[in-house]
Amino acid sequence: MARAATNRKKLVVTLVAWTIGIVIFFPILWTALTSFKTEAEAVATPPTFLAFHWTLENYTEVQQRSDYFLHFWNSVVISVGSTLLGLLVAVPAAWSMAFVPGKRTRDVLMWMLSTKMLPPVGVLIPIYLLFRDFGLLDSRIGLVIVLTLINLPIIVWMLFTYFREIPGEILEASRMDGAGLRDEILFVLLPMAVPGIASTLLLNIILAWNEAFWTLNLSASQSAPLTAFIASYSSPEGLFYAKLSAASTMAVAPILVLGWFSQKQLVRGLTFGAVK
Amino acid sequence: MATAHSRAAARLTMSPAVILLLCWMLIPLVMTLYFSFLRYNLLMPGTEEFIGTLNYQYFLTDPAFFAALGNTLALVGGVLVLTIAGGIGLALLLDQPFWGQGIVRLLVIAPFFVMPTVSALVWKNMLMNPVNGLFAAIAKGLGLQPFDFLAEAPLSSIILIVTWQWLPFATLILLTALQSLDSERLEAAEMDGAGAVDRFIHIILPHLARAMTVVTLIQTIFLLSVFAEILVTTNGGPGTATTNITYLVYAQSLLQFDVGGGSAGGIVAVVLANIVAVFLMRMIGRNLDI
Repeated sequence: MARAATNRKKLVVTLVAWTIGIVIFFPILWTALTSFKTEAEAVATPPTFLAFHWTLENYTEVQQRSDYFLHFWNSVVISVGSTLLGLLVAVPAAWSMAFVPGKRTRDVLMWMLSTKMLPPVGVLIPIYLLFRDFGLLDSRIGLVIVLTLINLPIIVWMLFTYFREIPGEILEASRMDGAGLRDEILFVLLPMAVPGIASTLLLNIILAWNEAFWTLNLSASQSAPLTAFIASYSSPEGLFYAKLSAASTMAVAPILVLGWFSQKQLVRGLTFGAVK
Repeated sequence: MATAHSRAAARLTMSPAVILLLCWMLIPLVMTLYFSFLRYNLLMPGTEEFIGTLNYQYFLTDPAFFAALGNTLALVGGVLVLTIAGGIGLALLLDQPFWGQGIVRLLVIAPFFVMPTVSALVWKNMLMNPVNGLFAAIAKGLGLQPFDFLAEAPLSSIILIVTWQWLPFATLILLTALQSLDSERLEAAEMDGAGAVDRFIHIILPHLARAMTVVTLIQTIFLLSVFAEILVTTNGGPGTATTNITYLVYAQSLLQFDVGGGSAGGIVAVVLANIVAVFLMRMIGRNLDI
């Protein structure tokens, strides 16, 4: 009896949970489906769900009309570049915070975090003018620099929380054996911290890929990553839903897959260890 | 342990990160502060002069500022209430055993990974559009008049879009917190005859209090700076109906080229964000055991 009741409850929960899950996911599903329709079918009333003529023409047309892969490549360069550059600066910093903590380590960590809370409009104008004067507007290198700096606090924090779980004695032992600082970090610390570094890398690529304040304000046609490229679809009215959907599906799909893999790290990375 | 040698090494390895962040924060912020006391318009080069607090007086007495402040509060408050209430409900649901738990979890967190410009345009065109959108088609199917979301209820529509983006974050964090709740406590309360509502109010909610605070503070930081969603859907309009502080500063500086006024607005935004940041920093600091 009790078992039947539990099973009935489980069935009800299953139905409710799946319904809500599908409703929340629906805009993404709908976009993916629309990307395979013709423009006429994309706006047909009543809307067709699965029984339409599936086509790939939107994908080829998006590429032909607007050099989609230039913008895709910009997104890759900017998000991966800024994350790698950030790691290069953050690994040594996190090493010192985790293994040689001093009186002011805590203050430095908190201060780094506070820079993340600075609203971007507070520094928009000077950055814009500096970029203009240095010829960095609409350049990939400019966007890499800005995204490195805005995500640096998160990278340092995440690495710090991962490094702290590694016993310091192992590093000390290598020091006793005469390993220099560079060797200690490169050959002792990094191999042990691979999982932590991988999740830091993943989360920061996701954050940089979706960043949509600086990329919209500092890029134009040449360096525009997908965030800014997709924004260009906001102006023209008319028959473009299928192409918008194709461009959006390609922009979202790779990062959605990465995101699904990193859901646990997401909590850790975005709450700075305040929720475990 | 920490020898003089290793301390020197620590200073050396920490300095690039510290110096970079210091430059990033200090130099532009000081420049913004300086510009905010100047008459400075990019369309009239050579007319820059010191005008004291005039930019602040203009910015803070502009009716657009009050509209933007109200919109910012409505946007932040509305999204917070919806995501936390929804997040608690979803966390409780996803914490139950059911078939396909892992897959539903993936479906629920997916919107968080959609870039803001894509989610805003998908909602604006494919769902909310009064002629070709899916909601209009459903309304017509039910014999109702289609509703022009972004024209009739622009701010609520943007709140809905942003809520969709942030609900996964709140859910994920509240679910993580919920899973750390000792199930024996709940069972003991049930044995003592506490009903589901009692257990929720007296055990589950207090346990989630900390996570709710963290969600509130972190989301507030991000929600104060909502920008792309407004830019691609309404451009802040109609009128100033969906202009928040971030968008107002952007419009003043990069659309009207009024660097002085925009800078004053930027400083006001920094002050507002700092009020929230102080509380968040205290929360995180208390949990940081070094």
